[in-house]
Amino acid sequence: MLNFAYHSPKTLADAIDAIRNSGGDILAGGTTMVDLMKIGVHEPPALVDITGLADLEGHEIGPDRIRFGALARMTHVADDADLVSVAPVLTESLWKAASPQLRNVARLGGNILQRTRCPYFRDTAYSQCNKRDPGSGCAALDGGETSHHAILGGSSGCVAMYPGDWAQALIAFDAEVHTQGPAGRRTIPFADLHVLPGDTPEIETILQPGEIVTGITVPVVPALKASHYLKARDRESYAFASASAAVGVELDGDTVRDVRIALGGVATTPWRARAAEDSLKGKPLTEKTAREAGRIAFADAKDLKGSAYKIKLGADVVAGALMTAKSRAQGGE
Amino acid sequence: MTDKTSPPRAGFSRRSFLGTTGAVGAAFGVGTGRAAAHPSETGVAPDAQPKVALTINGQRRTLTVEPRTTLVEALRDTLGLTGTKIGCNQGQCGACTVLMNGHRVNSCLILALSANEAKITTIEGVADSNGSLHPMQTAFAEHDAFQCGYCTPGQILSAIACIDEGHAGSPGEIREYMSGNLCRCGAYPNIVAAIETVRDSKEG
Repeated sequence: MLNFAYHSPKTLADAIDAIRNSGGDILAGGTTMVDLMKIGVHEPPALVDITGLADLEGHEIGPDRIRFGALARMTHVADDADLVSVAPVLTESLWKAASPQLRNVARLGGNILQRTRCPYFRDTAYSQCNKRDPGSGCAALDGGETSHHAILGGSSGCVAMYPGDWAQALIAFDAEVHTQGPAGRRTIPFADLHVLPGDTPEIETILQPGEIVTGITVPVVPALKASHYLKARDRESYAFASASAAVGVELDGDTVRDVRIALGGVATTPWRARAAEDSLKGKPLTEKTAREAGRIAFADAKDLKGSAYKIKLGADVVAGALMTAKSRAQGGE
Repeated sequence: MTDKTSPPRAGFSRRSFLGTTGAVGAAFGVGTGRAAAHPSETGVAPDAQPKVALTINGQRRTLTVEPRTTLVEALRDTLGLTGTKIGCNQGQCGACTVLMNGHRVNSCLILALSANEAKITTIEGVADSNGSLHPMQTAFAEHDAFQCGYCTPGQILSAIACIDEGHAGSPGEIREYMSGNLCRCGAYPNIVAAIETVRDSKEG
């Protein structure tokens, strides 16, 4: 790892100044940042360690919204029994992400900004990576191994998958991200935070230099209580998603009043499946309609060499998650 | 990566060090005073040699690091506590697991500077002060819960935390909550058995 300057500001204003003055990056839990620096993928001139900003820790469940500080630890949120009963998708998607050791360190603000696990991005022995070195090409699309790449939201220059789990729950339930930076404070709809790779895969979010995520809020809606995160992986635990779904339903009898569906492990960004949601609204939720919604969710998927399995697996995961959510809406598990 | 990442090594051999962990602070010039220089709010330059204060296995230590020095490098290379292992060095295998303020963490992904003022427990610190093994160490030996032993220090720290967290209720739960510790010898069934034994002895 190349050396770098290290700053540990005690106020948000000092942190913003330190990032601007040093041209450095934010360090929170560091489970992505330190990893990428070690493997030479990312070499910032400075790190600004914001873990001393105690105001950004913690989370609270309110009647209308759930607020998460950007420095809340994955473990604390995943283990909150109150949150399990109010919003199971928000705890399940954290609990199924990473190992206990990583969850004890990683913070929520960093979790939503984690970088892709594309092996060609992570291995500097490959000269082709438009995300790491804009304009250099894409080793995955140029004959590479693509069974774990994105089948939704890709471009001719990048099909690197967004690897996160929690983000799927956030996009499904219309979360908002709160930031503070040189230009002041702003609130960003979570769905607008990440951008498609297009011709500029090196740009992953709309965040500006020095703009720090301070918190995340999720509005409380009835479908949040009957929600579920289902994650299919190559092994049973501690692996990135082959396909996953964050879902929630609000039923009137058997009829769908509200439904949320987001897809993990298959797209270049957090991915809301709105057409699949629309296919269910006002209709009964049955195994048949759930399967149809799963099929619709992947109608626009473009499978790459070795990744066709994701279309069938992903549709099954959506259907399975919806049936669990239905059971929860009706008072079952 | 090796030539870029290794901080200066203290002048001792691994072999000569074994069994002398208690004297490491004095032997290798590591300060034990309480006047640890906190990383300043204005920051430290890339070529700076900042100090970091850690309480390791109950002993206060102040050591000089680089900004890029990770916690596991500080433990192994600066303090000579080589019980903590580096496996993947990417936070995937768990060989570097230590307890930080009571919680298990991957010490390869934490900068030493970020750990300033933390309490760290390594495998050297889990036995009694009189030398009796920790029950988890005994259980690992009795259940043959290792083969080559390289992952074992991390497995034992993680197993202690797994029980303390209340996540050792069933073999399935143990497997899930030990998933951050890989064992390429495949001693998993015996590791689960060792954890169940310690859990049951605590409950009894």
